[in-house]
Amino acid sequence: MAEILVLAEHSGETVKKVTCELLTLARRFGEPAVVWTGPGAEAGRDRLAEFGAAKVYVAAGEEFDDYVVAPKAELLAALVAAGSPAAVLVASTPEGREVAARLAVKTGSGLITDAVGIGDGLVAEQSIFGGAIVVKSRVTAGTPIIAVRPNATTPEPSPGAAEIVAAGTDVSDAAKGARVTERVVQEGGERPELTEASIVVSGGRGVGNAENFALIEKLADALGAAVGASRAATDAGWYPHQFQVGQTGKMVSPQLYLAVGISGAIQHRAGMQTSKTIMVINKDAEAPIFELADFGVVGDLFSVVPQLIDEIQQRSGS
Amino acid sequence: MNIVVCVKQVPDTGSERTLKAADSTLDRESSDALINELDEYAIEEGLRLAEAHGGEVTILSMGPPKASESIRKALSMGADKAVHLVDDGLAGSDALATSEAIAAVLGRIGFDLVILGSESTDARMGVLAALLAERLGVPQLSFASKVETDGQTIKIHRQADYGYDKVEASLPAVLSVVEKINEPRYPSFKGIMAAKKKPVETLSLADAGVDPARVGLAASASEVVSFAKRPPRQAGTIVKDEGDGGGKAAEFLAAQKFI
Ligand SMILES: Cc1cc2nc3c(=O)[nH]c(=O)nc-3n(C[C@H](O)[C@H](O)[C@H](O)COP(=O)(O)OP(=O)(O)OC[C@H]3O[C@@H](n4cnc5c(N)ncnc54)[C@H](O)[C@@H]3O)c2cc1C
Repeated sequence: MAEILVLAEHSGETVKKVTCELLTLARRFGEPAVVWTGPGAEAGRDRLAEFGAAKVYVAAGEEFDDYVVAPKAELLAALVAAGSPAAVLVASTPEGREVAARLAVKTGSGLITDAVGIGDGLVAEQSIFGGAIVVKSRVTAGTPIIAVRPNATTPEPSPGAAEIVAAGTDVSDAAKGARVTERVVQEGGERPELTEASIVVSGGRGVGNAENFALIEKLADALGAAVGASRAATDAGWYPHQFQVGQTGKMVSPQLYLAVGISGAIQHRAGMQTSKTIMVINKDAEAPIFELADFGVVGDLFSVVPQLIDEIQQRSGS
Repeated sequence: MNIVVCVKQVPDTGSERTLKAADSTLDRESSDALINELDEYAIEEGLRLAEAHGGEVTILSMGPPKASESIRKALSMGADKAVHLVDDGLAGSDALATSEAIAAVLGRIGFDLVILGSESTDARMGVLAALLAERLGVPQLSFASKVETDGQTIKIHRQADYGYDKVEASLPAVLSVVEKINEPRYPSFKGIMAAKKKPVETLSLADAGVDPARVGLAASASEVVSFAKRPPRQAGTIVKDEGDGGGKAAEFLAAQKFI
């Protein structure tokens, strides 16, 4: 059976959920082989085995993380040339898409980004124009390279050998153009990443000011969720820009999206419309966001949200 | 410094966008067109760098004749001149083909720094900077929320989920910017008048030395199998808060097993 290469997303030793999702998908089309860059593979291996990785190609050099994108693309290109995999799957994160793009040029392959599913014949499903249209497409040249949106698949365990295989150790000079000199971690530290989270709680202009965002954070923490914000809220400086959801912000597709004090402008919807379940809290019954709601409460967020937090805490017994 | 800013004309996201039944490409006639919003931040950054370090800002746009409106807007903000790659053979180009054509033009006109918006509002792939850097063999500085250069080296903050990375490279390079980077200026009346006289060079594929077999719909490395409008969401349950809204919301979450 041909290999399906899966580029691991991990933070140190911790395998990100999206990698388990990609492995779950990959198993349907071939033998999943993970590609791991940087340190931590030995410790991450159990989790990769749990989700069916047959092999783990490891390029352990720290150099792979010291330069922007190019070293990963170079490594994948070498593995594609050596093993002729049936496809390469990466997470459709900004960096994942960039790796995929450079790999596509290097291997003369077609590229599909932001897939929300993959069907027979490696036909990828995408949801475009803010979720208004569903497109099915397939790669017609080279090795199919598909970037899959986090949360699009439910990860299902199925044991694999996860045999560790050392892969290329050197980064070429050509791939050392843009050097990372420091990584700066900003707030939101303990919460799940916005694009990865199963639950996202977003606040908008209705939240009123920066201090009140503590309420949104409290609700998010009660649910183990990530915090998002509308552009009205980020533009006003109430919440950092990297948490903006929408057309010019992040695309999220969680199991549950909670929109609090957000009207549902088309540019906001573009970033959250494909969420599985959508819950809305807004005092204006006419707000367009209610059109998307599986469950909506028409009411003042300053009374609804505290009550909701209390109820959640009572039910979860904390 | 020789700065080239890539500008794309996109359909207005406020109007309804569709794909054409005949070839599954974007129906550009049916929606209003405007400059891709993030490209305005790229233009602004280009102008600021040219103001600080001297040099020229050239706008580069690939697109149908209609894209000249967006080019004029870019010139009215203060760019010096423009190059418009326009050819029927480009229609339906995917990201890979687009990057091939743009890289060819960049190779011809030369640059110290190429600046892009980090993604376009229509395709949203966010990969053009990576593709151009790969094809041109220069450093990739994408998703920049801050830029500093002395004309030789360039330092950026690259936006990441957890915050940002500090990244360093030497010029020439490809840079893409996020909207946090600056506040784009509005064209002044003087700027609008001046833009009318600024030179816009029109290039065909042949002029740019691009192999027509490598661009356009036929050269696309992927194909659309089918497309359909997403079925409308089922109407949900909407309750009015009568002092029990939070409780009802919690009941819903419990029933859905979120809590
Ligand atoms: C090119 C372009 C790109 C854009 N990109 C984005 C993007 O990426 N993301 C994005 O979000 N927007 C984006 N926008 C902006 C978008 O058009 C809207 O302006 C923005 O989403 C509005 O944010 P909002 O819903 O928080 O604010 P508003 O539209 O002002 O809505 C606030 C809502 O809060 C409700 N409310 C107020 N007080 C309370 C209360 N006490 N309790 C309950 N509800 C209350 C109101 O009823 C209202 O519905 C973009 C716009 C353009 C032109």
